[in-house]
Amino acid sequence: MSYFTEEHNQFRQSLRDFLQREVVTNVDEWEKVGNPPRDIWKKFGDMGYFSLRFPEKYGGLNLDFFYDVILLEELSKINSAGTSAAIGAHTYLSLSHLNNEGSEEQKEKYLKPGIAGELFGCLAISEPFGGSDVASMRTTAVKEGNEWVINGSKTFITNGVLSDYLIISAKTEPELKQAGISMFVIDRNTAGLSATKLDKLGWRASDTAEIAFDEMRVPANALLGEENQGFYYIMQQFALERMTLAIGGVAGSEYALEYGLNYMREREAFGRPLTKFQELRHRIAQLAAEIEMQKQFVYHLCKRFTGGDYIVKEAAMAKLLATQLSDKVTFEVVQFLGGYGYMEDYQASRMWRDSRLGQIGGGTSEIMKEIIAKMAIDEVKY
Amino acid sequence: MFTEEHKLFRTGLRDFLDREVMPNIDQWEEEQRMPKDLWPKFGEMGYFGLNYPEKYGGIDADFMYSVIFMEEISKCESGGFMILPAVQQYMASPYINKHGSEFLKEKYLTKVISGEWIACIGISEPGAGSDVANIQTKAIKDGDHYVVNGSKTFITNGIYGDFVVAVVKTDPEMGAAGVSLLIIDLNSEGITKNKLKKLGWHASDTAELHFDNVKVPVENIVGDEGQGFYYLMGGLQTERLVGAIAGYASCEWALEYTLQYMSERQAFGRSINRFQVLRHRMAQLISEVEANKQFVLHCARQHEAGEYIVKECSMAKLLSSELAEKVMTQCLQSFGGYGFMEDYKMARAYRDCRVGTIGGGSSEIMREIIAKMVIDDTSYQRAGSVSSAPKAKPVEAKKTETNSNTNDKKPVMSFEAIESAIKEKAAIAKPLGNTLKFNFGEQNVMLDGLGDANVVTVNDATEAQCTVDVTMEDLTAMLAGDLNPMNAFMAGKIKVKGDMSVAMKLGTIMG
Repeated sequence: MSYFTEEHNQFRQSLRDFLQREVVTNVDEWEKVGNPPRDIWKKFGDMGYFSLRFPEKYGGLNLDFFYDVILLEELSKINSAGTSAAIGAHTYLSLSHLNNEGSEEQKEKYLKPGIAGELFGCLAISEPFGGSDVASMRTTAVKEGNEWVINGSKTFITNGVLSDYLIISAKTEPELKQAGISMFVIDRNTAGLSATKLDKLGWRASDTAEIAFDEMRVPANALLGEENQGFYYIMQQFALERMTLAIGGVAGSEYALEYGLNYMREREAFGRPLTKFQELRHRIAQLAAEIEMQKQFVYHLCKRFTGGDYIVKEAAMAKLLATQLSDKVTFEVVQFLGGYGYMEDYQASRMWRDSRLGQIGGGTSEIMKEIIAKMAIDEVKY
Repeated sequence: MFTEEHKLFRTGLRDFLDREVMPNIDQWEEEQRMPKDLWPKFGEMGYFGLNYPEKYGGIDADFMYSVIFMEEISKCESGGFMILPAVQQYMASPYINKHGSEFLKEKYLTKVISGEWIACIGISEPGAGSDVANIQTKAIKDGDHYVVNGSKTFITNGIYGDFVVAVVKTDPEMGAAGVSLLIIDLNSEGITKNKLKKLGWHASDTAELHFDNVKVPVENIVGDEGQGFYYLMGGLQTERLVGAIAGYASCEWALEYTLQYMSERQAFGRSINRFQVLRHRMAQLISEVEANKQFVLHCARQHEAGEYIVKECSMAKLLSSELAEKVMTQCLQSFGGYGFMEDYKMARAYRDCRVGTIGGGSSEIMREIIAKMVIDDTSYQRAGSVSSAPKAKPVEAKKTETNSNTNDKKPVMSFEAIESAIKEKAAIAKPLGNTLKFNFGEQNVMLDGLGDANVVTVNDATEAQCTVDVTMEDLTAMLAGDLNPMNAFMAGKIKVKGDMSVAMKLGTIMG
């Protein structure tokens, strides 16, 4: 009845050891500095953690999706969603687009070193005046001879300040609205590109940027995939992005509850450990049940995803529910810790503020419900 | 997950229900009973013997057929209708199939499967529900029969049913170890029945049963005397799983019914399924129902694979029944005033779902079980690795101190004290017929009951037929009678490796 084989389990164990050694001991520092150090990408690359699902040709391992599930789960248990986001944005957002849409030349130039961890990237779609409403995108790319001239701005971009390259979207035919969007891959040192780091509620170990393009000129071969196919490419990758957030939401909830439980076993009040108070026990039972249910739902979808099913509605459902659950669980865990829950000496406060982005990033809960409503209500045939 | 055969089965079942059941539901709800000649039709179709051996008329299919059966009968717009077949097949008769004698199977199980007889399960009493160890109904052996006295309540099918699998105390002096299952014919002399009026589930009959010196032949005992509690613990997992299926399936029905209404109903010039707030509310519910369904199906597959999933069944039942309350409330809201009228089916669905979080163990009992397994199990594992966790020791010591000061619990016995207490008990008890080891991590006590007497040794390296991992604290409580061995097992306080049936004899030793 398990989705995981012995090989999966061994992979998880060695990943855990790696994260414990290279990441967990340092995340407090990274949270203060505001980003993980440059060499972390190489370390992940050397261990093959960016290779998992990619073709062997580019240094990938061509493994099934459950290896990614494990990577995402374990990254959600290092108690620094900022660090996880920095790693995740590189492999699940930037590399996915390169693999999916990149030319052979682009794959050699970006995907291969990206998988090796020599370069890392970001994905820039959201703008100050349009997030999920992709059609109202204002960034434009105009062809001039053998070059594209790009003007506009992007915001809320994870790895947006420090990444080596950027995958961006821009309108190549603005009058076609969303059907006029194209994708580009841009080098960091391109003239006309500037990035400003944003200060945020949580996810403090990753850099999040506002990016401006001012008469930025890129060669014709910076175009990713076909012209005007950008919207389609973005939509294609959304299911994966939402699954990663759902997996992270469940695993983060599981980690938070375990952390809360460990505290409650040690902490005494009125002469007995907190785990002996019925009211608290029932709250834990409720959360444990909801987490288990959500986990099995997400695993079921991962299985379908692996099988090649295009699970738009279900991925939206899973993302919606798992990120809602994570907010609920982390809120409760802060409560279980009382005053300590509010202190930075304990991990609960970071869990809570880091969880908050789940319902916003990758399409808000409201956007998820719009998608689900459209598919479940409007397609009902009467 | 569902094969072509499964799908065909569902189609056939749906046709059958649409023909035999749906046209009459309103009338049955009105009359508060269902006609007896309906059930042999179910029997003929094989619907009451889905997971039962062919020998007794069953069709010996896999559990996913039962999932389909439960899903479809939960979509018949009447919880009262749904519960009769559910009790018949999944809550009362499994005990006969699993533990009953050949005689009982021939006499009762075959009639259940054919639909000629209707079964009930009698657990709850006016003074005890999930607290089974405290039931008061007594069955005292007198020659070739038992004499039963006491009462049972909230018994589905109790008025028009034919027999009840009753939970009785054959040894009233004992707690859980005195509990047995006894089949009592409902036409026996000395039984009075009182039909209870209820908030919902109107099509089904619910009874209070009184037993006044009711004579029941000794061969009507299900399995062994004194084993009833353990049988129930096993059977309740099926009951809860089935309840969970009914929960999500009724939600699916309600969502579909409501979406249909919302597509037709106009307000402010457009159908109400165009209003964003209502759309988002439905999207949220649809998502929650889908997640719940996939979880319950996951549990069903584990159940089918023969896994004993106490925690998961409790979680499934808890979440599914609570979700149904939420879904029915919010769906009814979408109907506005019509939701409150009996012309639409939401009113009935709303009142029928209310029993979900009560019957088969309330939500609070589910959370008790889950809490014990999630919280205490983990703490047990921590205690087992004392040597590698230096911090655990002072905490343990402190706990013991607190216990002795503030509670009337006995202090944890030393290993030597435990050894001599087990020796004492083993000397009185009948030879086990097996070998059994209590494992405390570094130390163990071995009980060899293969010969004429139970021989007790300590720190024996040989493997026992059954090993029980337990903390000294919990074993102290068991020896003192403060902790029932089966409760301890259910709560995950003890872990059993090897032959489970040997562990069932723990009560004999501890008694």
